[in-house]
Amino acid sequence: MNATLGARRRAADRTATVLITGCFLLGLVPLVWLLYTVASKGWHMVVTSEWWLQSQRGVGFRDPGGGALHAIVGTAEQVALCAAISVPVGLLVGVYLVEYGRGTFARVTSFAVDVLTGIPSIVAALFVYAVAITTLGGQRAGWLVSLALVVLMLPVIVRSTEEMLRLVPDELREASYALGVPKWKTVVKVVVPTAFSGLVTGVLLGVARVAGETAPLLILVGYASGMNTDLFAGFQASLPGMINDQFVNLGSGGQAYGLDANGNRVPIHNFAPDRLWGAALTLIVIVLVLNLVARLAGRRART
Amino acid sequence: MAARVRVAAPEAAPAPDPAPVPPLRLTGSGTARADRLFAAVTRGAGGFVVVLVLLVAGFLAVKAAPALRVDRVNFLTSRTWDVAGHRFGIVDMLWATVTVSAVAMVIALPLAVGVALFITQYAPRRLARPVAHVVDLLAAIPSIVYGIWGILVLAPLLRPVQDALGSAHWIPLFGNEGYSTGTIFDGGVVLAVMILPIITAVARDVFERTPVAHLEAARALGATRWETIRLTVLPHGRSGIVSGAMLGLGRALGETVALYLILSKPPAGPFSPSLFAGGETFASKIASNAAEFSTPTQTGAYLAAGLVLFALTFVVNAVARWIARRGDAA
Repeated sequence: MNATLGARRRAADRTATVLITGCFLLGLVPLVWLLYTVASKGWHMVVTSEWWLQSQRGVGFRDPGGGALHAIVGTAEQVALCAAISVPVGLLVGVYLVEYGRGTFARVTSFAVDVLTGIPSIVAALFVYAVAITTLGGQRAGWLVSLALVVLMLPVIVRSTEEMLRLVPDELREASYALGVPKWKTVVKVVVPTAFSGLVTGVLLGVARVAGETAPLLILVGYASGMNTDLFAGFQASLPGMINDQFVNLGSGGQAYGLDANGNRVPIHNFAPDRLWGAALTLIVIVLVLNLVARLAGRRART
Repeated sequence: MAARVRVAAPEAAPAPDPAPVPPLRLTGSGTARADRLFAAVTRGAGGFVVVLVLLVAGFLAVKAAPALRVDRVNFLTSRTWDVAGHRFGIVDMLWATVTVSAVAMVIALPLAVGVALFITQYAPRRLARPVAHVVDLLAAIPSIVYGIWGILVLAPLLRPVQDALGSAHWIPLFGNEGYSTGTIFDGGVVLAVMILPIITAVARDVFERTPVAHLEAARALGATRWETIRLTVLPHGRSGIVSGAMLGLGRALGETVALYLILSKPPAGPFSPSLFAGGETFASKIASNAAEFSTPTQTGAYLAAGLVLFALTFVVNAVARWIARRGDAA
């Protein structure tokens, strides 16, 4: 910027620099603030061993103790079933769109994936409810949550698979064809292995996307404070479900009082906030670790 | 070395007539069948996705129909939502959904454009990538965590802002309805944080693809950094900003749990258009009334509300894709 620059232009440039940098800093505030809030309020729950080893069975909001194991197990099971369905189907759809997709049907498929990408989670949950409970007369249970999550995870897997397979150079495919390898074997043995770490990234991001999803839980399964490992029967906890449950307990009666050994009125501690932030921290850590691992895998894919 | 030469030699001198070389005969009929089978399986997976989308729309519509048939008020124009009394009108939900999303857009859009400009035009190149990842992390945080943070931490601190804006209470949007927290405004601010990374990501993508020739031409004319942005980056990125905004809007319209936790249920009574009143969006209303899914008619009412939400987000997302595609073509 030279000295002959007019004062007005210089001022406009300075103002823009300040405003744009300000936007950026302002954009980071909520992230830092939120992470700090959750970490500072939740860490003292998460560092205890009982948090990882016990459930909340029989633990009221005024009772100390108990943990989040039931919720972690529930989340793990629901997400695992969801991934077991979404990953193979999503990979196949991605392979179809990149390796085979020509013509109208491919365009329709791609459009359908776009539509799925935009479906609100509550609509996915309503759909599963309408099919499994209203129409087929089923009971609310964990596996229905998994089905709703499939609707949300599938487009993530398809889009990342597409992106990664398109990065595979055509020379590799041609070299394989030139050796007389049939197309399906080229896809399975050459294209997919080349894109493998990128595909892992997509799967992990998909898992992270659905692990914190709460809307389906509210409609499709009740919250159980004890351990339920059965996806197909009964209420089941999960980390978002536990946060929601503790949120309900937050306001229970305001400040409560009890009597100590000498008969004096003493305030009773409400443990709901501790558990709420503890569960939130556990969930955030899981989701962020998944994201981090996904990005590392993705970086390896690019080099 | 000698071996390589021998292998390479046939390539150097191509056979005069390559036609009889039989790669096809190498792959026997069993392989051809495997090839067709694999293609069919992948195509079938594609078909599954298509059928899934049709089923979602179909099931919601078919199961919502009985409720709409017994609806005693006009579904699209009535403000009454009384499930037991078979009165299903969506106007209140539509208003809450639209206003909360509008607040989010007003805050998030300029901020996101600023963040995207900073990452692409101002940040040192070595910093840009990690910084972009950090912003992406905002998108990874589950919405329920935004919800509890929004209502327990952020909303009480937004009180002064609400009071300051509320001093202009002759504007209907700013009317004081006696809410301390849990207002449309609180929900909108939290939503703004949630959609910021979505808009930023799309805007960043198009800003990065500003033709270098344009940038250099502007600089050669002596444009300042801001003038370069105004003359080249923003005009080039307009379609990206709009399509990113529409994607963010689609997300905001359908957001469920954060708003379910943040928004206060308004008491029955006269309608208030104020941003400083509570409210229920389509999604938050459906989520908080899962216990009312007792009869097919009652469930159907909520399925109908869900169908409207689906249609709304579908249209918004379709417009976003259309604009993005047109921008790509241009």
